[in-house]
Amino acid sequence: MRFKTIQQLVELALQEELPISEIMIQEEMSVSDCTREAVMVRMEEHLNTMEQAVERGLHEDIQSRSGLTGGQGKRLHGYMQRGNTISGTAMLEAVSRAIATNEVNAAMGTIVATPTAGACGVIPGCLFGLAPSLGATREQMVRFLFTSGAIGFVIANQSFISGAAGGCQAEVGSASAMAAAAIVEMAGGTPEQSSHAAAIALKNTLGLVCDPVAGLVEVPCVMRNAMGTANAYVAADLALAGVVTVIPADEVVSAMYRVGQAMPSTLKETALGGLADTPTGRQIKERLFGINSPSPRAVGSEREEDSTA
Amino acid sequence: MKFKSVFDIIGPAMIGPSSSHTAGAARIGRMARALFGRQPARAEFVLYGSFATTYKGHGTDVALAGGILLFDTSDPRIKDALTIAKDVGMDIVIHTEDDPEQHPNTVLVKLHDEQGRLDVKGISIGGGKIEIIEIDNFEVQMHGDAPTLLVFHEDHYGMIASVAQLLADQCINIGSMHMSRQGKGQSALLIIETDQEMDPSILAHIEQFEHVTSARITPPL
Repeated sequence: MRFKTIQQLVELALQEELPISEIMIQEEMSVSDCTREAVMVRMEEHLNTMEQAVERGLHEDIQSRSGLTGGQGKRLHGYMQRGNTISGTAMLEAVSRAIATNEVNAAMGTIVATPTAGACGVIPGCLFGLAPSLGATREQMVRFLFTSGAIGFVIANQSFISGAAGGCQAEVGSASAMAAAAIVEMAGGTPEQSSHAAAIALKNTLGLVCDPVAGLVEVPCVMRNAMGTANAYVAADLALAGVVTVIPADEVVSAMYRVGQAMPSTLKETALGGLADTPTGRQIKERLFGINSPSPRAVGSEREEDSTA
Repeated sequence: MKFKSVFDIIGPAMIGPSSSHTAGAARIGRMARALFGRQPARAEFVLYGSFATTYKGHGTDVALAGGILLFDTSDPRIKDALTIAKDVGMDIVIHTEDDPEQHPNTVLVKLHDEQGRLDVKGISIGGGKIEIIEIDNFEVQMHGDAPTLLVFHEDHYGMIASVAQLLADQCINIGSMHMSRQGKGQSALLIIETDQEMDPSILAHIEQFEHVTSARITPPL
């Protein structure tokens, strides 16, 4: 890849007068030694998988094996359609789809990790929520994923994208930054504005811990994706309005790395701290995995077949 | 640069719920199975760190077993891998261990059957991306990005030349090469990543070389 930092990525885009998505497509063609068509088709397959997950989550009765999550994306979507919402239809079109995707993930359905499974709702939520109102073509939607991927590529190599290594800031925070940059491009903003949007989104999630109740990617992960989606929308609007980040995007990425390093392991996907270590969190863990009770998979395999049949 | 492709970030398509604890675990399992070269009679998984504390919620045990059964990250059979393993007569054993020195998502996979045994240690670094860091007592660095040839042998001059010549004869280009050994003249491991797919028939050739114990090919993940 010809870029290691977000600054280098933006400079490349400006020099060559190309959008970030195009830089990412060309770099991928070169690294993987594949044709443009092959690279585009592969990404479109991911787009299709994401779309199926969104549709399942919005229209089917999804329930995780633990019973902790499921149905809230569908509920929010119904609420939105009845009107009178606080954050407005545009925002909730995205947030409901983000929740729907994470609920499918929690129920061991098929999703695309963006950049991880725990944060798999933010990018499809923003993308499928926004595309119709912007009148985006299928190709623009595929490009959205390349722009997101370019920002995620820098974050993953310069910092981290797993909750176990860096907390939720590395997962939902990264996904938010990736989505914000891609929204800006899809809405007609500049590569610099994409970089500002990514920086703003990532700044807003610095320090976010990974504290999954009972070690399940459910509570609080699903609602954190809702928040990450809203965060990406606000960051994109700020950048499109001309707001400039004071701390440059690459410095925010390295701050995220240092914050993650300083975070105790109890708050990095060990289910030993934060919400996992509340009275209710501990009770849920005891109920699901108590010493004498079998694991949810052992008791849940039949239920799972029922729900997916 | 551990993440090399945009598809390391957008992807993989996978069965939930966790890219590191489910998809990554499945990939480590698949890699261990490829290194073993056949379906083991018994697979033992020693889990460390976040893997140890959250494996039940994430289905890490199920995914590891699915990997040993060669299931891809998006294969819906992953959910039933423990049952399927039982059906095909493979014993699965899970242990957890506390060792803060290990990467937070580390698993030691111990495979064996009556013909032999193999220990493979892997880490899951996020988004489904993995690294194999130990094979038996050899420290290695394998990411599953390219077709990889592994030659277990007794340390002896000419080994690299012989293997490289064989690859050259088949027009296969070497992308990277790593050699490690327990000591001079002792057991050694040669790991070669190639740009082209290798025909499995080269393994029989290599295994006929003097001083070679065994050889394996692992496909890219």
